[in-house]
Amino acid sequence: MSNIQNLKSFDPFADSGDVETEPTNYIHIRIQQRNGRKTLTTVTGVPEEYDLKKILKVLKKDFACNGNIAKDAEVGSVIQLQGDQRLKVMQFLVKQLGMLKKNIKIHGF
Amino acid sequence: MSTEELGFDPTLKKKKKKKVVSKENGTASPGSGTISSKESLDDLFAGAKKKKKTKYSKETNGNDAVDDLTEGFEGLKLKKKRKKKIVSKADESADFEKELAAAGVQEEDSGEIYDEKQKETFIPYISLLDRFYEVLREKNPEMAGGQHQKLRIPPPEVARDGNKKTVFVNVQVIAHVLQRNPEHLIQYLFAELGTSGSIDGEKRLIIKGRFQAKNLESVLRRYIQEYVICQTCKSMNTELKRESTNRLHFIVCKACGSTKSVSSIKTGYQAQIGANRRKRG
Repeated sequence: MSNIQNLKSFDPFADSGDVETEPTNYIHIRIQQRNGRKTLTTVTGVPEEYDLKKILKVLKKDFACNGNIAKDAEVGSVIQLQGDQRLKVMQFLVKQLGMLKKNIKIHGF
Repeated sequence: MSTEELGFDPTLKKKKKKKVVSKENGTASPGSGTISSKESLDDLFAGAKKKKKTKYSKETNGNDAVDDLTEGFEGLKLKKKRKKKIVSKADESADFEKELAAAGVQEEDSGEIYDEKQKETFIPYISLLDRFYEVLREKNPEMAGGQHQKLRIPPPEVARDGNKKTVFVNVQVIAHVLQRNPEHLIQYLFAELGTSGSIDGEKRLIIKGRFQAKNLESVLRRYIQEYVICQTCKSMNTELKRESTNRLHFIVCKACGSTKSVSSIKTGYQAQIGANRRKRG
């Protein structure tokens, strides 16, 4: 009776770990449909300290696709890539640039 | 001290069962039953003394233990009376009592072994738990089988409207099942898919672009994850409320009563495509 099993249950008031008090700058990876079955992948919210041009160059070579950097008034610089590169981009961001997976949001179908 | 008290409760229960057994054997001869109970009581007494000696050498504690014992004795008598009443009350309870008695016989043996080992548990926790769930399932099944009676969300029915449009037939049904405003769901779908669309006369949703059912399903899943499921208790029985003072949306859980704010739907960056792009230069 020294260890009562009932009392060792899940504590609903414990810290759940996901503290969302500070605003996190998410990296959004979106997809857009173009004509036919062609698609366009956009990556927004990459932090300023990264050199987008260099990233784009590597991405283009890695994924064998074209792409460019668009400037937007609201979200700043945006990487655009041809085709559906969402998962690949996310893996690249996590592995090569060491970004946190929870800060990356993939949108689209 | 607390452990000892805890130890006494199971013995009480065990006693109760013994009483039941004796009754089953013959209500005509109550004398034998009482004798057996007395014997077992003596056993108990001895056990308690042993415990006392091994655990506590102080006399004050010993007195406390004796008090407990007397209390237990009184409780025993009370229990006995109650038992008789219950048996006379209903057939169902009598049947249950028989079952209990059958279980009690087995537990007596094990209980005595425990006595020797001076362990306080006499009824296995598992059997108590099983009984609890049995009763719970009988009385209010929605509490017991929470996982089984999940909300069933119908899979999205998708049809093609011409070459470039997709018709999402059962948006209204899905929104109703999720207890969400269809407008909100549609807004989310458009934002996630990066397109636009309209609602036709039969309240079906027409989305620009080609989408398959599995695509929409994954988007729906994300919508549920973000705007329906309660983060605290994982229940889908929630409501989306809009606070007019601070213009924030809140998920209010109907199961556990928790509230959580959710971010509003943002469309995000939309790249210019096709002829538009060239015009902009």
